[in-house]
Amino acid sequence: MSATARAIESGDAGLLPSRRDEDWRWSDLRGLIRAVPAPSPEDLAPLAASPFGNLAEAEMAIVNGRGPAGLTLAAGERRVVALRFVAGAGAGSHVARLAIDLGEGADLVLLETYEGGGQDYLADADLTVSLAAGARLERIVLADDSAAGVSVSRADISLAAGARLAQTVLTTGARRQRLETRVSHPGHGADVRLDGVYLLTARRHADITTIVTHEGVDGTTDQLTKGVADDQARGVFQGRIVVSPGADRTEARMGHHALILSDRAEIDGKPELEIYADDVSCAHGNTVGALDDEALFYARQRGIPETEARAMLMAAFLGEVIDRIAHEGAREIAQAWVASRLEARV
Amino acid sequence: MLSIKNLSVSVESKAILSGLSLEVPAGEVHAIMGPNGAGKSTLSYTLAGKPGYEVTGGSATLDGVDLLSLDPSARAAQGVFLSFQYPLEIPGVPAITFLRTAMNAQRKARGETDISAPDFLRLVRAKAAALKMDFDMLKRALNVGFSGGEKKRMEILQMSVLSPRLAILDETDSGLDIDALRIVSEGVNALRASDRSMLVITHYQRLLDYIRPDRVHVLSAGRIVASGGPELALELEAEGYDKYVRAAA
Repeated sequence: MSATARAIESGDAGLLPSRRDEDWRWSDLRGLIRAVPAPSPEDLAPLAASPFGNLAEAEMAIVNGRGPAGLTLAAGERRVVALRFVAGAGAGSHVARLAIDLGEGADLVLLETYEGGGQDYLADADLTVSLAAGARLERIVLADDSAAGVSVSRADISLAAGARLAQTVLTTGARRQRLETRVSHPGHGADVRLDGVYLLTARRHADITTIVTHEGVDGTTDQLTKGVADDQARGVFQGRIVVSPGADRTEARMGHHALILSDRAEIDGKPELEIYADDVSCAHGNTVGALDDEALFYARQRGIPETEARAMLMAAFLGEVIDRIAHEGAREIAQAWVASRLEARV
Repeated sequence: MLSIKNLSVSVESKAILSGLSLEVPAGEVHAIMGPNGAGKSTLSYTLAGKPGYEVTGGSATLDGVDLLSLDPSARAAQGVFLSFQYPLEIPGVPAITFLRTAMNAQRKARGETDISAPDFLRLVRAKAAALKMDFDMLKRALNVGFSGGEKKRMEILQMSVLSPRLAILDETDSGLDIDALRIVSEGVNALRASDRSMLVITHYQRLLDYIRPDRVHVLSAGRIVASGGPELALELEAEGYDKYVRAAA
């Protein structure tokens, strides 16, 4: 259970993670929240349509922490499911817990959303996911939290041999927001892709944290996160890949690249490789830069107005991540989601 | 037509152009030649509106419209096209998408409706074929991984699709081998038109063997110091810029 969930359930703000915790130093919650808000009430009002539209064949909605507690796919079963974490009417503080089990060779496309409306809340989502041998999960997350909301999501994902996880998290941040994924990677042909996009304006904050632990031989991990921070926003990327003793022939790549668009915006990137095995191939890259003024002028010279040219260059920058989404319908929605937010900000 | 009067421009508080005057009537091709550092690229960037080029005096109008007060994209919609000496790479944006975005942005600025997708494709296919360009190249990210010659050809393609009133070719010959030079020049020559002015900026006379100018101007120390017919380019080729550099000093 996450520290945030414990703090909410006990009503003790002193249990919230703080900057004294090394992994939370850029996303301090204890300094931000003096008292845990009152528990969120039940909200039975019907929901608006899912941001993923009608792509999913089934929908699971968890509103103010209340909703289904699990999803199980039998061996060989294939499904496309929308999973919605919603801060509903009167939201204060709540914890949502969900367990997802994929049987051998099962295939799940999980279309996950965080929907904050305009509210002020403290929300925690804890997901426990397990993939049996040869199972596949493509998880696409659209995090649309409120500017006043505080949101923590943590997924603990364990894979069996030959399983495949592909994840893309897209977020516009919140007052404070952490999207954390921990993967227990068995090697033996299992394959992990963990990608992220953050697009932050105003005073929003987003923290994408991943920890992948390779525990067996012949595992692969590929990570690419890209972000844009404007105004006084703050983007945090913490990526850790641990290659345990004996996890030989691990191949891991991690990239984090960000554009910073204002003097008062901040990007914190911390890619870490901890390697305790032999014969591994691991690499990471981390860059933070500004939008290319020369390219911007070139586009304007061709007649594209500055605001549009900026949006075009940013969409292209972030597009490299979105292009990696395998599910075609979800990829198109992710593209449109990013494009609409780029247009809105200019 | 393009009319520049007494134009003075500073870059980082350093005067680069000082009192430059030039008229390029519609239908004519004028060459600007000059030694390195004379202000040739400053002239093209100033006309296109690049940030950092500060106009400290004078005027520049196209068909009577004051260019200097317009945003770069508004100048483009007005008909200004600059073929860059070093075309930029735009990762992630296919050339065809870039060009269509540019064309529709210009049309919108002029109060016209978007060009339809089939009409646009027909237009680009025809223009690309005329420049002996493989259409598949247009599906790649603009200029990314292109050779010098391919980039210049892509500039001429954009120019021919956007059909500007004023085309400024900044050192279009740089980085081109003789075959590429011929193809690019043929592309430029095909764009000569009675309603179009062209300004060909070059250090070497070589390009002018392929693109015959109506007039040649010598730019030195930020001003036009001599003007003449095509024979002036040959004289510069034979004698160099020395006497103009000295005259301007």
